[in-house]
Amino acid sequence: MNVTEILFWILSALAIASALMVVLSKNPVHSVLWLIMVFFAISGHYILLNAQFLFIVNLIVYAGAIMVLFLFVIMLMNLNTDTEPQKNKWLKVAGVVAGGCLMLVFVAALKSSGTQQVQMGEGNIGLIENLGKALFNEYVLPFEISSVLFLSAMVGAVVIGKKGD
Amino acid sequence: MWSFSKIANIIHEWLSQTFNVTWTTIIEMVIAGVAVISLFAVLGLVLVIMERKVSAWMQIRLGPNRVGPKGLLQSLADTLKLLVKEGMTPNGADKFLFNLAPFIAMMVAMLLLAPIAFAKDFQLWDLNIGVLYVSAISSISVISILMAGWASNNKYSLLGAMRSGAQIVSYELSAGLSVLAIVVLTGSLQLSEIVNSQANGWWIFKGHIPAIIAFITFIIAVTAETNRAPFDLAEAESELTAGFHTEYSGMKFALFFLAEYANVFIVCAIGATLFLGGWMPFHIGNWNGFNNIMDWIPSSVWFFGKTFFLIFLIMWFRWTFPRLRIDQLLNLEWKYLLPISMVNILLVTAMAILKWHF
Repeated sequence: MNVTEILFWILSALAIASALMVVLSKNPVHSVLWLIMVFFAISGHYILLNAQFLFIVNLIVYAGAIMVLFLFVIMLMNLNTDTEPQKNKWLKVAGVVAGGCLMLVFVAALKSSGTQQVQMGEGNIGLIENLGKALFNEYVLPFEISSVLFLSAMVGAVVIGKKGD
Repeated sequence: MWSFSKIANIIHEWLSQTFNVTWTTIIEMVIAGVAVISLFAVLGLVLVIMERKVSAWMQIRLGPNRVGPKGLLQSLADTLKLLVKEGMTPNGADKFLFNLAPFIAMMVAMLLLAPIAFAKDFQLWDLNIGVLYVSAISSISVISILMAGWASNNKYSLLGAMRSGAQIVSYELSAGLSVLAIVVLTGSLQLSEIVNSQANGWWIFKGHIPAIIAFITFIIAVTAETNRAPFDLAEAESELTAGFHTEYSGMKFALFFLAEYANVFIVCAIGATLFLGGWMPFHIGNWNGFNNIMDWIPSSVWFFGKTFFLIFLIMWFRWTFPRLRIDQLLNLEWKYLLPISMVNILLVTAMAILKWHF
């Protein structure tokens, strides 16, 4: 086994274990922190694939921004088992069934995709140069439209935030 | 002549002759880890005594002068004291997160060292998006602060952590934009290429006024990002006891302290790399004699000299400016720094396209 393989197995185990802990831990703050671990492990996989830009963007956007917002909100809400209304048993069963269905779809999709060999540490589509060229040549219109979408979301957030005045 | 890159090459060659590729990589990783940890230990000792001496000098007093010659061993004695002190964990705290938070803070600081070029050809990981890497990892440090503040189960700590979070998230924007100004001028995100582009002059001289504006916004923003006075609202003693680390004692407190100083060093190293040329010596046009003398000074001396100059600048801020209120702090970022750096980046882009820089 070379270093890349060892790292791959460590990262995969870490990702799966942390993902399980997101669901299993009782405290919502712990869940968010485990989710950050999942993002880190997945970012590690991006590095193994030589997709350094995706690695950074995954960290900036998810671990750095979205998860910090999650943490803010959850810490401020102070969710405790005694203050929060507990969900009834049937809701939990429904959740398990829904999640199981999603997993079934994923497994089916993976099975039909066929096996493909992934070359580790090679390939350069994830490098910023190639990604930038692809975004601004082939996909320039969708890219610009999605940025307008983000702008409208931002304006919407400001409007909702200003409602009180 | 001996240089860092030469020593690294000798070690690498010896290792690759003795072991196979996997073991060479693993042993080199271990060596790098040990080097980083010892660098942090030395940095902690040096920066603490430096801060106390600088503050004493600013306030016309003597500062520590009892332990060792001129008090130079004071920080060693302080470290010893912190090591033997009991690290308490409050009963109501979330024990796991409470004990984990200082280590996360340290880990983030250590990860940030990876792309920094300490001397010519001496860099742990020269990844092609070094600048983005630094801004991404430094945004993780807020998680450790939020963790510490929440896990302490103390209102002061939580308030301090929330303030610090708001502060870091907002000042990241103008720090990122001022870094982007240099990226636009260089046309590369790789730190080694940014250093190489300054061989004929540092960006702060070559980039005219926009580069100077970017430099000033960068220094202000990183002072805020490292939670240092005048932006140390996260640990404002007069209002919040000690902010997010109120409940910490002993070595766990020391780790937060060390992480703060390590972060100061790192942001100053980044500032020196981007604006002051990293390890590039100071050159003036065609003065060959002068340039040769400057080349004779080792590149590591240049790098550390520039970095420590910036650290001195940040310490100077700390001991001369009064602390800002939270509303002043957020106004400064959102109403002044952010618009200024946005206009500035337009100017820099125009300059880079029209080739007005040297």
